[in-house]
Amino acid sequence: MGASRETGQDQTRVVEPGVTALSVTVHVSDLVLERRTPLWWWVGFGLSLGLLGLFVASLGWLFIRGVGIWGIDWPVAWGFAIGNYVWWVGMASGGTLISALFFLTRSEWRSATSRLAETMTVFCVACAGIMPVIHLGRWWYFYWLFPYPNTMALWPQFRSPLHWDFVAILVYVAGSVLFWYVGLLPDLATLRDRARRRWQRVLYGLLALGWQGSSRHWRQFKILYGLFAALMAPLVCSIHSIVGLDFAGGLTPGWHETQFPPYFVFGAALSGFAVVLMLVIPLRRALDLTGVITLRHVDVLARLMLTTSLLLSYCYLMEVFMPFYRGEEHEITVVMSELGGTYAPWYWAKIILNGVVPQLLWFRPLRLNRPLLFLIALCVVVGMWIERYVIVVGGLHRNHSESSWFVFVPTVWDWATLAGSVGLFLTGFFLALRFIPMVSMFELRELLNKKTTGGGQ
Amino acid sequence: MSVQRGTGHSLRGRLAAFDDPDAMLDALRRLRQTGFSRLEVYSPYAVEEVDELLGRKPRALPLIVVAAGALGAVGGFLLQYWGMVLGYPLNIGGRPLNSWPAFSTTTFELAALAILLAGFLSFCALCRLPRLYDPIFDTPGFEQASQDRFLIWIPEREGRDDGELLRRLLPDGEGVHIDEVPA
Repeated sequence: MGASRETGQDQTRVVEPGVTALSVTVHVSDLVLERRTPLWWWVGFGLSLGLLGLFVASLGWLFIRGVGIWGIDWPVAWGFAIGNYVWWVGMASGGTLISALFFLTRSEWRSATSRLAETMTVFCVACAGIMPVIHLGRWWYFYWLFPYPNTMALWPQFRSPLHWDFVAILVYVAGSVLFWYVGLLPDLATLRDRARRRWQRVLYGLLALGWQGSSRHWRQFKILYGLFAALMAPLVCSIHSIVGLDFAGGLTPGWHETQFPPYFVFGAALSGFAVVLMLVIPLRRALDLTGVITLRHVDVLARLMLTTSLLLSYCYLMEVFMPFYRGEEHEITVVMSELGGTYAPWYWAKIILNGVVPQLLWFRPLRLNRPLLFLIALCVVVGMWIERYVIVVGGLHRNHSESSWFVFVPTVWDWATLAGSVGLFLTGFFLALRFIPMVSMFELRELLNKKTTGGGQ
Repeated sequence: MSVQRGTGHSLRGRLAAFDDPDAMLDALRRLRQTGFSRLEVYSPYAVEEVDELLGRKPRALPLIVVAAGALGAVGGFLLQYWGMVLGYPLNIGGRPLNSWPAFSTTTFELAALAILLAGFLSFCALCRLPRLYDPIFDTPGFEQASQDRFLIWIPEREGRDDGELLRRLLPDGEGVHIDEVPA
């Protein structure tokens, strides 16, 4: 696979010439089984562990002292935690969209990036799931959200979008993990069969569950995988719509918008594609995968980022237009305070990072410039966090009752929790890089075989 | 070669290995025409046509999943109905207790959850997984099936010696290799 140094600037090929089914299998499994752990991995993993330590420390302090360590207060009771949640779960969508939606459209470019993207999804969802739990003042009662028979004879409020969201996250977590694991089974079996060390045989043997690759297994596998894809595509849309409804269901000015469900789906997709790009651009070099993750993949992801950025920009326009169209005085106050008030720098940062910067992607030379593309994706990821921050705090700090107006100022623990959650994500992702094949080997075998037998592009 | 280990399972038959999926399909076609049954194909990815040639159709999984989805939806709705109408009715401005539009998202999510779990569990059951050891793993060259070779398992037929017949049907040559597996 190293044979393919960047062959020119061809961005039409899904696979570079010279890559064969066997070479992919050997290369990808050797990355896990044989290759000495490279220095960059140790450095990255060490830094991630450091951040994870910060996360543990900030959660520990939170559990001791309570949510007062954050900058939140009435009426801004949703601060970083909810913003972080929406941000993480939004980025998670990237993996699901690539592996489920583009599986259904039978897009060839999906195969090489799906594993990376799905792995990203699993760890993003883990970070997302923690946030709403820790933002509960008494987080140890979070199980009250489950409808279970209890001596208090209480039930959760099923009519509340917040409870819909709880159910949606739960199902999405289960779905993402199952989809990822089922898609891994054949590759885990390949690792089991190629492993030379005993611990590897035992580990991958257990994880592969005894997968044989028999026609019986493949038959069921194809059905289940197609089914999961068909289910995950609407699920990812549903979860972001419901996240939107968390806000739209409240009367808070700036939140009470019918456009929120699609608005959140677009935002999620934008940040999802951006984070996949941020992982793909360095990793295709670091893992020597340029033969199977080609410039075409990079180009497609960049175009998707541009498309979703345009969709989101439309929502940004509507967000400002609607209050004036409705002519409701207080909503206009809130919009004006967003455009020129305390949080105006954040507001304009979100417009520039998510709406303006991605417009560079109209130009092909810029799309092919990987360092620049990485920076654009980084801008979007940061911009999307800012967007959630502006939504959460911007509406709450100017609520209907003027006497309770309040300016939220994040504390050091707010920032530590945010940075620490990045550590949780990166630690998980680095471990996955080391122990899990980062390209779906069996899908590429099928793809490459179709190509060599003249199955066409 | 003997493939008797720990579990006491044993296999008798031959494993034909092919480098190329089309060669494997050709051979499979010939074997089927000659009347071989109970064949099994092991391949590094799902090869189309194999199911047709083996005459197998997956019927159970889709049905199980549809049933699970329906049960999940009905059960999910009833759970909410029970909680909001029977268990803990809240009269808020006389609004109807059975506010089904507000129950629809959770109903959908719980149906999805039922499909996910039932789908995965019935997939495992239908594939007989987890099954960490199977005698087929001991046949020489079997590990290639998860990498780059296409295998046909031809079980020995009761009271027949197919050696000659198989040598004619599957000439040992380019990319074809037959291992006899007595046990």
